[in-house]
Amino acid sequence: MNEAISALLGPAGPELTCERCFDEVDRYVEQEQAGRDAEAAVPGMGAHLEGCPACREEHDSLRALAGESFTNP
Amino acid sequence: MATSTVAPVEEWIDALRDEGPRREAAISRLHDLLLRAARFEVNRRKATLPHLRGGSLDDLAVQSADDALVAVLAKLDDFRGDSRFTTWAYKFALLEAAVRLRRLSWQGREVPLEPAAWERLGGGPSSPEAGAETQELFAALRRGIDTELTAHQREVLVAIALNDVPIDVLAERLDSTRGALYKTLHDARQKLRRHLADQGLAIEEVSG
Repeated sequence: MNEAISALLGPAGPELTCERCFDEVDRYVEQEQAGRDAEAAVPGMGAHLEGCPACREEHDSLRALAGESFTNP
Repeated sequence: MATSTVAPVEEWIDALRDEGPRREAAISRLHDLLLRAARFEVNRRKATLPHLRGGSLDDLAVQSADDALVAVLAKLDDFRGDSRFTTWAYKFALLEAAVRLRRLSWQGREVPLEPAAWERLGGGPSSPEAGAETQELFAALRRGIDTELTAHQREVLVAIALNDVPIDVLAERLDSTRGALYKTLHDARQKLRRHLADQGLAIEEVSG
């Protein structure tokens, strides 16, 4: 897959807005960390993270920080 | 009663809604937690800001924690307990720090709103390694961008998707918001998908 084409076209499926992403990202991250189906819990989050670089960066940071805090509170 | 970062949710909420020394202690601990998150974000991104000194970056972390504290206290009634309180609170500080850092990294730089050089893109139309199908898609995309999108949709799409301008930076320059710009980006992408589909081009195979 060509990255530029992918960036231009964005995700194929339905996706959350940035506002909903922010509202749900903490729940989504904890579902991921628990090994549960985070996408089933928050439908459309995965597509939004694919299409929105800023939200994806913040998700990645929260996931890393929450994981660190869980093991080293 | 002390409120630690691993305190139960009820204890955090109760202490923050209390009055007097107990609330002050909880706010102080919450600020510590938010500062930890802001510094975490600064550390992740500081390589992109080599011109900034440690003191400036720590000031940025403190400002981010300060603003995040205000946001968390204002949104306390929205907390539903669907995650740990700390995870919920962290996201406010990460957002504040990330937005500040993105804007700093673009400070003084022109925000490109036009596709300066399609050929720079990997696999672009002039790239020798680009296959015939990819070249056909690029050509169709260029036509779609030129003919199907409004001027605003074109600017937003090109800046974010082609020129890697952070959405917060673009929002600041265009006096808009992240949410509004992402909706514009989403609408532009949908138009391009329809444009390609109308031409019988296999979108899903390349967009995954």
